[in-house]
Amino acid sequence: MPLIEDGRPAEDSWTSIPDGEPVPGDIPAIISFERWQAERDSFAGRNTKLGVRLKGGTLAPAIADDLDRFALVAVEFPKFRDGRGFSTARELRERYGYEGEIRAVGHVIPDQYLFLKRTGFTSVEAPEGTNLESWANALSEVSVVYQPGIAKDDPNPLINRWLKPQAAQG
Amino acid sequence: MNAPAFRADSGIPGSGIFGSEPDSNAGIYRYDDLDRRFVAERVEQFSNQVARRLSGELTEEEFKPLRLMNGLYLQLHAYMLRIAVPYGVLTTTQFRKLSEIGRKYDKGYGHFTTRQNLQFNWIRLEDTPAILGELAEVDMHALQTSGNCVRNVTTDQFVGASADEIVDGRVYAEILRQWTIAHPEFTYLPRKFKIAIMGSDSDRAAIRTHDVGVIAKRNEAGEIGFTFYVGGGLGRSPFVGKLVREWVPEQDFAAYLEAILRVYNQYGRRDNIYKARIKILVHQLGIDKFKAEVEAEFDRLPRPKFTLAHEIVEGIRARFAMPPLETLPADSTTFESHKAGNAEFARWATVNLAAHKTPGYAIVSVSLKPAGGIPGDITSEQMDTLTDLADRYSFGEIRVTHAQNLVLAHVRKDDLFDLWRQLDAIGLATANIGLIGDIIACPGLDYCALANARSIPLAQAISARFADPARQQAIGELGIKISGCINACGHHHVGHIGILGVDKRGEERYQITIGGDATLTTAIGDIIGPAVTEEEAVDAIDTMVEVYLANRTDGERFIDTIRRIGHGPFKEKIYAAD
Repeated sequence: MPLIEDGRPAEDSWTSIPDGEPVPGDIPAIISFERWQAERDSFAGRNTKLGVRLKGGTLAPAIADDLDRFALVAVEFPKFRDGRGFSTARELRERYGYEGEIRAVGHVIPDQYLFLKRTGFTSVEAPEGTNLESWANALSEVSVVYQPGIAKDDPNPLINRWLKPQAAQG
Repeated sequence: MNAPAFRADSGIPGSGIFGSEPDSNAGIYRYDDLDRRFVAERVEQFSNQVARRLSGELTEEEFKPLRLMNGLYLQLHAYMLRIAVPYGVLTTTQFRKLSEIGRKYDKGYGHFTTRQNLQFNWIRLEDTPAILGELAEVDMHALQTSGNCVRNVTTDQFVGASADEIVDGRVYAEILRQWTIAHPEFTYLPRKFKIAIMGSDSDRAAIRTHDVGVIAKRNEAGEIGFTFYVGGGLGRSPFVGKLVREWVPEQDFAAYLEAILRVYNQYGRRDNIYKARIKILVHQLGIDKFKAEVEAEFDRLPRPKFTLAHEIVEGIRARFAMPPLETLPADSTTFESHKAGNAEFARWATVNLAAHKTPGYAIVSVSLKPAGGIPGDITSEQMDTLTDLADRYSFGEIRVTHAQNLVLAHVRKDDLFDLWRQLDAIGLATANIGLIGDIIACPGLDYCALANARSIPLAQAISARFADPARQQAIGELGIKISGCINACGHHHVGHIGILGVDKRGEERYQITIGGDATLTTAIGDIIGPAVTEEEAVDAIDTMVEVYLANRTDGERFIDTIRRIGHGPFKEKIYAAD
C-alpha cells in the first residue's frame, strides 16, 4: 500500500509484522499493540526501531507509558468516518509529547489529509489503488485555517489574525 | 517552554482590523479577504469532490459525508440545500440573494428551519455548484449544515437588541463559528453536534435541548463567563441538558468546548447511530464521571495555545456595534395614537413586539405562520419586499428565529405603523408570535425521506382552526411543535403541546404529548393517549384549549395550568369523547 509523506509517495522503511510471525531483529518493524502487551519482555534487548499499531478503539492513554520504546505509532481508522484517530494523534503529541512518526493506516481518504497533518500525523498508508494526485492536492486545496493545530508550521490560525504583533508574543 | 499563544501573520493586510468598518447598517460580522478565500476554496474543493465521485474515485459511502458537510441532502423527491445562516443573522444583501436563488433554482420560495438556517427543497444536483458560487458572492455557504460535525451555532433572535440582555451572544457564537470551521480533530464526530448560546435570563434559544448549551453571564466584578450544559437533545431518546460547569471564564471559552468535544470524540458510541449523540455518553457515564473527564482534559489542554485572547474577543465585539440609533423619547405619541385608532395594529403590537434596550425603539417579530400556511415558508416576492423594509426601517438586517419566524431588531416606534401596513400588504403581519398559531413543524413526509407522517398539512389545519387572531390572543402563550418522525426535528418533546407523526400499519397517525417546555425549566412532554388521525388531532387540541380556558386562573399560561392541575383533566376530556 502506498505510503504518503508531505503529499508525495515515499519509500517505506518499515515492515508490518502480522501477529504470530517472527519479528526480524535487523529491520524497523511494526507490531500490533496486542502483541506488545503479550510479549513486551521479548523486545527488551532489541536495538532496531520498533513501531506499534493501535486499533481504532485503542486510545492514546493505553500506550502512553511505553512511548519511549517506539519510533512509530500507527493509528488505525476502521472506517474513514470514525474520527477517534484524530484525537489519538493529537493526544500523543500534545498530552504525551511524543515526537516520533505517527502514521495513519486503514480507511482514510485524501479529503482528510489536511486534518491528519494538523492533528499530528506525519505519514499515511493510503488504501491500495488510491489516486495519488488527490493526496498531492489535498494539502493545498484549502489554505485558510481557523483554529490552532499541532504542527509547528501550521498556517496561521485565522481567528488570531486581529491580534496586534505584541499581543502575539504572549 | 510555552509556545506563543498566537502568531501574528504580517502578510495579512490591515492587522487589527477585519472586514469592513461598521457602517450605517446594523453591526454585522462581515467577511474579510481570508474568510472569502476560505469559502471560495471550499466551493472549489466540493466541485472536485463531485468530479471524483462521478469518476468513481470516491465511493457513494465516502462521498455522502462530504456532500452532507456541504449542506446537500437527498430528500424524497429532490435534493435539498441547507444554507448556513450563522446565529440567524443576515444582511439585506444576503437576504436579497436568497430570494434570487429561490426564484432561479427553486420554486420561488424558501423555507426557514429550526436551526435558523434556510432550506431550498427543490434543488437540482447539477445546479449546486452554481448556487454555491452565487452564495459565495454574498459571503454565504452551506458548510457544516449537516454531517457529523459541529453545526451552525444558534442564539437568541433578539441578541444585541433585547432590553433583558446581559451579554451579547453573537460575539461568542461568531468565535465558535470560526473555531469550529473545518476543525481538524472534530469533523468526524460520532454524530452531529449542536450548540446554542444565550446571553440573558430568559431562554430564547432552548439551551438545555442542545448537545452543548451555553449561558453567557457576568459575575459581580462585571467579568464575562459561561455556564455550560451538556447532553441535552430530543430525538428518540430525549434528555434535558445537565449542568457541567457553572462558571467558565471568558478566556477559557474555546478551551472548555474543546475539552468536551475531545471527550465526546474519543468515548462517544460509534456502534449504533441512535446511541451516538453526546446525550447518551453523558447518560451512560453519568454526569459526575463525564464532568471529571472533561475537567481533566480541560486542565491538560496546553496554554496559552487554547486561551482566547481578550483582544480577539474585543475585536469581534467591535464588529457587532450597535447601529447608529437616534436619541428618542421612550414613548412615541405616533405609535400610541395609531394603536388607539386601529385594533388590528394594536393587537399586532401587543403580540409581535419585544422590548428594545434603547428608548424609542422596538424589536419586531415577523410571523411566517399565516393561518393555514406552511410554517417557515416565504416566497421570493415577500422576501424582496421585506428586504426593502429592513433597509428602510431596521438598518439592513434581518434575523431568523429558531421558531421559523423573522425579526427586524431595531425599529423606531414612530415607524411601526408604517412598517405594519406594508407587512400586512404582503401577508406578513400575522399577529401570533408565541401563540397557538405560531407552530413549529419539520418538513415531514411531504419532503423528508425519514418521516412517518406529514407535518405540514396538520400544522395548516391547526392554524386554520385557530385562525381568529382575537381568539389566539385570548388563549395566550401556547407552543405547538410537530415532528413527522421520532428524530424530532420539530422539537415535539418540548412543545407545550407536542405532536409526533407515527406510521400505524401504513396510516399516518399523530401521538400527542403535553407539558413540554423548551426554556430553562426544560421539560419533556408526556404522551396523553393512543395516536389519533389528523382530524382527531385538531379536535383534541381544541378540546385541550377548552379545558385550559375553563380551568385557568388569572394570568395563568397554558403550561402553568397543566402544571397545576396535571394531565388528567386533559386526557379524560379528549378520550372520553370517543
